[in-house]
Amino acid sequence: MTLDGLLERHGGWLESGPEEGPVISSRVRLARNLSDTTFPGWASKEVRDRVWNEVVQAFDSMETDTEFLRWRMDELKTLERELLFERHLISAELAERKSGSGLFVSEDECRAVMVNEEDHIRLQSLQPGLNLQKALDGAEALDDDLEKTLTYAFSSKLGYLTACPSNVGTGMRASVMLHLPGLCLTEEIKPVINAVSKIGLAVRGMWGEGSEAAGHMFQISNQITLGKTEVEIISHLDQIVLEVIEHEKNARLRLMESQQIRVHDHIGRAYGILAHAAMMNSNEALDLLSGLRLGIDLGLMPEIARRDIDQLLIRIQPAHLQKAAGSMLSPEERDIKRAQLIRLFLDGSPDNGNGH
Amino acid sequence: MKCDLCDKEAVVHLTQVVNGEMKEVHLCEEHAKEQGIDIHSPISITDILMGLGEAKQGIEHQLSPSCPRCGMAREEFRRSGRLGCPDCYNTFMAELAVAIKAMHHSSQHVGKIPAREGLQTRIKSQIARFQKELDAAIAREDYEKAAEIRDRISEVRTQAEEQEGGDA
Ligand SMILES: [Zn+2]
Ligand SMILES: [Zn+2]
Repeated sequence: MTLDGLLERHGGWLESGPEEGPVISSRVRLARNLSDTTFPGWASKEVRDRVWNEVVQAFDSMETDTEFLRWRMDELKTLERELLFERHLISAELAERKSGSGLFVSEDECRAVMVNEEDHIRLQSLQPGLNLQKALDGAEALDDDLEKTLTYAFSSKLGYLTACPSNVGTGMRASVMLHLPGLCLTEEIKPVINAVSKIGLAVRGMWGEGSEAAGHMFQISNQITLGKTEVEIISHLDQIVLEVIEHEKNARLRLMESQQIRVHDHIGRAYGILAHAAMMNSNEALDLLSGLRLGIDLGLMPEIARRDIDQLLIRIQPAHLQKAAGSMLSPEERDIKRAQLIRLFLDGSPDNGNGH
Repeated sequence: MKCDLCDKEAVVHLTQVVNGEMKEVHLCEEHAKEQGIDIHSPISITDILMGLGEAKQGIEHQLSPSCPRCGMAREEFRRSGRLGCPDCYNTFMAELAVAIKAMHHSSQHVGKIPAREGLQTRIKSQIARFQKELDAAIAREDYEKAAEIRDRISEVRTQAEEQEGGDA
């Protein structure tokens, strides 16, 4: 299976799910390490290669119907590694690593295992919408399968031992990706983020560090991994996310009650620019698509499906555009391709740069 | 106030702002000594929290300088905040215990256990989880529930002892 196949499909985690308006997806990540083995960041090339081989063996002896695609990072071109990063299948850190580092991913992209990132194994399970329990079930099932072959580093006191003490214990990070345009437009997002941060959860922009609010997308995750059970951690996160969703829904209601014209204008302008612009950079596209996504949630754009927008959010990223074009593109060329892709989606006319 | 690492009364109380966050550490005399803290002279918490400063001279040669399994030096661990191998947890426990407690407000795992772990580990973890439930029940003054949990803990303990006797 090549990476080209990946490009044509959309991940199973972009299907429909609970609370899918404000919530994009739920993710559970487990960090695991092999016992008696140096952690990847401190290990020799030989040790890293041995770990890769052990994980390959674990997958090969697994009795499961799910097929896992696999790539070693050193077999992939820079662009291909960026593509996997843009699809949330690998971290930026793994993309940088070479010897012994690699990825296993289920065909629906709902489950993935990074090998030799900061830890020997970083296993992730994604679900559409707000569904942390299902994401946890998926992660634990795969964890159990791997553990039939692999012996993990574990202490009865500190739990799963990880390269960084901030992950020790369950080794679990659970996170929810949220689309919060209502709270952003009413300028109530800051106090909500502050409140969430104060109770021990981490909030960050979905599109990397430097782009805090691009597309009004945020990720909320747990920070504490020791002293609580996995279920306690996800139910706490779940409860807080539901509260945030409630605030988001109220903000949208208030916007529609008191500023209906402004909301219509915001969404209409987003549509207008997306449908007619000839050049568009990533951040502008994210912000405008966020407006469109809000329009869909509010029932103003019955002809567009939400998951198509979510798919577009993935496909307008630089590596995706370049992979689709089959060549490297300058930033300006990317801005042109990006605008074209969006126009093609909205009205089916790829070369119509000046409107209908 | 109890020691962060055991149930004894804390005699050393440290507070300092680390990365804009106020951290507090409370230690009993024994654990303070174990951390190389002379309770009669002032010390900064940054000396204890990993990676944030040089430890006092004197502690240095009591603690092994590097991990016997992977060779990571104590200095390297302090600089990076990352461990070299699972054994590093034992090697650098002096710094780690305090840092882990500060990060997670806990020092006992109660979550998932690998199926390959032995029965003793499962029992230990089960008791730890019950203990947590017990504390919660007592905190909300649900003494009926607390008594129930206490019974279950002693049941599990008895089972564990029988098991241990059987193994010997
Ligand atoms: Zn103590
Ligand atoms: Zn070590």
